[in-house]
Amino acid sequence: MQFDSLDRNIINTLQKGFPLTEYPYRDAAESLGTTESELISRLQSMLDEGVLTRFGPMFQIERFGGAFTLAAMKVPPDQFDSVAEQVNQFSEVAHNYQRDHDFNMWFVIATEDIGEIEAVIEKIEVLTGIKVYNMPKLEEYFVNLQFAV
Amino acid sequence: MKKVQQPDKDGVQLLDEQDKALVGLIQSGLPICSRPYQSLGEQAGIAEEEVIARLQKMQQTGCIRRMGVIVRHRELGYRANAMVVWDVPDEKVSEMGRCMSQFEFITLCYRRPRCLPDWPYNLFCMIHGHSREEAMQNLDEMIGKCKIEYKHQVLFSRRCFKQRGAVYQPEASISDSVKSELAESFAFTKIVSGTR
Repeated sequence: MQFDSLDRNIINTLQKGFPLTEYPYRDAAESLGTTESELISRLQSMLDEGVLTRFGPMFQIERFGGAFTLAAMKVPPDQFDSVAEQVNQFSEVAHNYQRDHDFNMWFVIATEDIGEIEAVIEKIEVLTGIKVYNMPKLEEYFVNLQFAV
Repeated sequence: MKKVQQPDKDGVQLLDEQDKALVGLIQSGLPICSRPYQSLGEQAGIAEEEVIARLQKMQQTGCIRRMGVIVRHRELGYRANAMVVWDVPDEKVSEMGRCMSQFEFITLCYRRPRCLPDWPYNLFCMIHGHSREEAMQNLDEMIGKCKIEYKHQVLFSRRCFKQRGAVYQPEASISDSVKSELAESFAFTKIVSGTR
């Protein structure tokens, strides 16, 4: 999709926030120098084209409850696929990625309570015979999460 | 600076039943119509002004980080990312994390525990670029500007084996795209692996 200057302006400006008013598209359009109907139609096409994941809230999902950690394993390269299959069987495992490093398997473990994280780790270690390194977030340094176009 | 408090256990109680219903309605996006909050109110059985007030509160409490455009990075041409891990002395890690988080090309920056002796790295960040070369140039720029002299390693992702998993779902069921966002914030990767 080719962006014109209004598209770029919409993406760059509306990554920063959206009004909580009765007519938020109208108010946002005003500050963008366009009309409510034009803004609505541009957003709809960007959604249809898949440029936007969505238009709406970005959640801080840890605040909704649950426990999460980032886990890593050093898997012997010739066993990688079979271990990946074993690890991915766990419903608590999400987003398993191979990376170029001795620590070559990286995934998220998500559970309802913090205590269950350790239990899942133990089960994975027993099943695979490989140590699981637990690297939960200790502190977050916040970034702008915005991409310029 | 931009450091935000740790997620707390009370987060769950920040949302009542009406909030959860609203979250369920907006998780895949706001209605694209003239009065989206009125439309949400009709669906949730509450007034427009109450929808607005609840969404305001959710932003204040941090349940909603922000509202607006959520882009697909790849579609905007940001095709390369690298997880860069650093071994920073404990007394320096916050300062370094805050410095790194200022750069536009950094999307995530976390302190995590070392797992000694195998894993000495305690600061993780995700660097983006239009290409691997640009990501590496960005890394050099950051090292220069933050005067970083600590040992680091760059981990590019190669393959994704499980893009989406059964992430714990609170009562207000969270959609795949939101789960994806969550897991990305832990696993850092969706972009290079690009399974879309």
